[in-house]
Amino acid sequence: MTNIALKRIANTLRQDIISMLVTSKSGHPGGSLSAAEILATLFFREMRINPEDPRWADRDRFVLSKGHAAPVLYAALAEKGYFPKEELQGLRQTGRMLQGHPDMKKTPGVDMSTGSLGQGLSAANGMALAGKLDGKDYRVFALLGDGEMAEGQIWEAAMASAHYNLDNVTAVLDFNGLQIDGTTDSVMCSNPLAEKWRAFCWHVIEVDGHDVDALVEAFAEAKQVKGKPTIIIAKTVKGKGVSFMEDQAGWHGNAPSVEQGEQALKELREEALTLG
Amino acid sequence: MADKVATRDAYGNALLILGAENPNVVVLDADLSKSTKTADFGKKYPERFFNMGIAEANLIGTAAGLAAAGKIPFASTFAIFAVGRAFEQIRNSVAYPKLNVKIAATHSGITVGEDGGSHQAIEDVAIMRAVPNMVVLVPADGEETRQVILAAAKYIGPVYIRMGRLAVPLLFGEDYHFEIGKANVLKEGTDVAIMANGLMVSMALEAAVELALEGISVSVVNVASVKPLDEETIVRVAKQTKAVVTAEEHNIIGGLGSAIAEVLGEKLPTPMVRVGLKDTFGESGRPQELLEKYGLTKAALIEAVHEVLVKKLG
Repeated sequence: MTNIALKRIANTLRQDIISMLVTSKSGHPGGSLSAAEILATLFFREMRINPEDPRWADRDRFVLSKGHAAPVLYAALAEKGYFPKEELQGLRQTGRMLQGHPDMKKTPGVDMSTGSLGQGLSAANGMALAGKLDGKDYRVFALLGDGEMAEGQIWEAAMASAHYNLDNVTAVLDFNGLQIDGTTDSVMCSNPLAEKWRAFCWHVIEVDGHDVDALVEAFAEAKQVKGKPTIIIAKTVKGKGVSFMEDQAGWHGNAPSVEQGEQALKELREEALTLG
Repeated sequence: MADKVATRDAYGNALLILGAENPNVVVLDADLSKSTKTADFGKKYPERFFNMGIAEANLIGTAAGLAAAGKIPFASTFAIFAVGRAFEQIRNSVAYPKLNVKIAATHSGITVGEDGGSHQAIEDVAIMRAVPNMVVLVPADGEETRQVILAAAKYIGPVYIRMGRLAVPLLFGEDYHFEIGKANVLKEGTDVAIMANGLMVSMALEAAVELALEGISVSVVNVASVKPLDEETIVRVAKQTKAVVTAEEHNIIGGLGSAIAEVLGEKLPTPMVRVGLKDTFGESGRPQELLEKYGLTKAALIEAVHEVLVKKLG
């Protein structure tokens, strides 16, 4: 898939995020919108997956450690064909499969149940260890949040990925700089992030997380790195693509109203036109 | 006195059997492999043994990932650290997605001894029992531990196995049969039933012998499978004896006694006395002295039987 096609998919994912949150009246738009290019690049370019066979033993795995961004994952899975797009409208509703946070028992294509922050990288490491034991060449991707960097378990896991030379693990840090109570710097400073991960013996790549070309290159580089895990620190904008949500901590966990949703969709459709 | 073996030693041996039988069995530990007895597995199958360092949250999370990719991980550390430190990882990364992780916890209860109250898990059964999808097993001796470990490996889903540090009497031979969800009636009696698990089972058997001299006929039921609980056997025995004493090396809140009280309360209200830690932490000391101090002895069981008989006849 071409890079321009990936940009269009990111735009589609954003529209789906808005539309499902308007329907559910509940969910997390900010950190879902910030990760749209990352998921588009992973699911439509980088990962070896087959929506016809979600449990394929040789597939690449994806762990959404920042599980509250479930809407962007669901949008990507639906777009990829794991389930019909209409299912997106059932987000967070009783008896439906799309849970508030990813549930591997309920949703095809979800490789790990996540949402309680800090736990995803450990699970990714476990899958990667199993892959090495089985002599399989699948890779494991984990999307982390920057607020999540305050969780001790992340650093326990980071140490273990490097200790076990898990070069089949690629983490992506959605570095949007905001969390519920404000900027990540003001709530709990985790800077300097790149230096921390380097100190934990990871290969670190820093990119603009909305630049698809840069993301494609970063993933290509990560694939070449042997003997150690790679983290792609992707600088992003929380709420990206919707003017009134961009860089606003208040849009972390609040769903847009019908009117706000229409405004957001209008902006995203206009952006889509510029993508040709 | 019968030969003694610690359930943790039997666990280490059972892992070696599993290691040879099933290449998907992997073992994780958190820098306690000599104490939890996983070290021998690590020596024999180094590629399938992962020391995660002193990092229990990551220990459980990594086990979850291994299980998600088809492995059968046994994650081991002391009960206090597994259930205490990593509770939410057990709940959300293991039990919620029903992943095939075996949490094999050693050093439970006050017989941890000298290390003291901070290291003596007395609430782990209560906590694990309250988690949906979790199977909770508390073996009584070395042979039962062997069977519990093999059964846990065969069962698909999360299992919590509670083991001890202290050497305990060997009670069972190879003809013994443990099954998840089944209680074992070790001795039939008519006046009172002692329902116990872990190291209290051998004391229950000894108490029954002594009570027989007084003319009291005691049933002894080994309830190694706390969850799922064998309600049928518990109700059948309680119907027969009309008086029940429970015994566990655990707080009386939330453990085996509570589980049995829940069943009998709903299905067959029966006079009961629960023997266990009376909502108190332990302390440093020799295991045997602590058992005496905290009322986990044959004498305490005999006293509880007398007490429950008064209730029954009153």
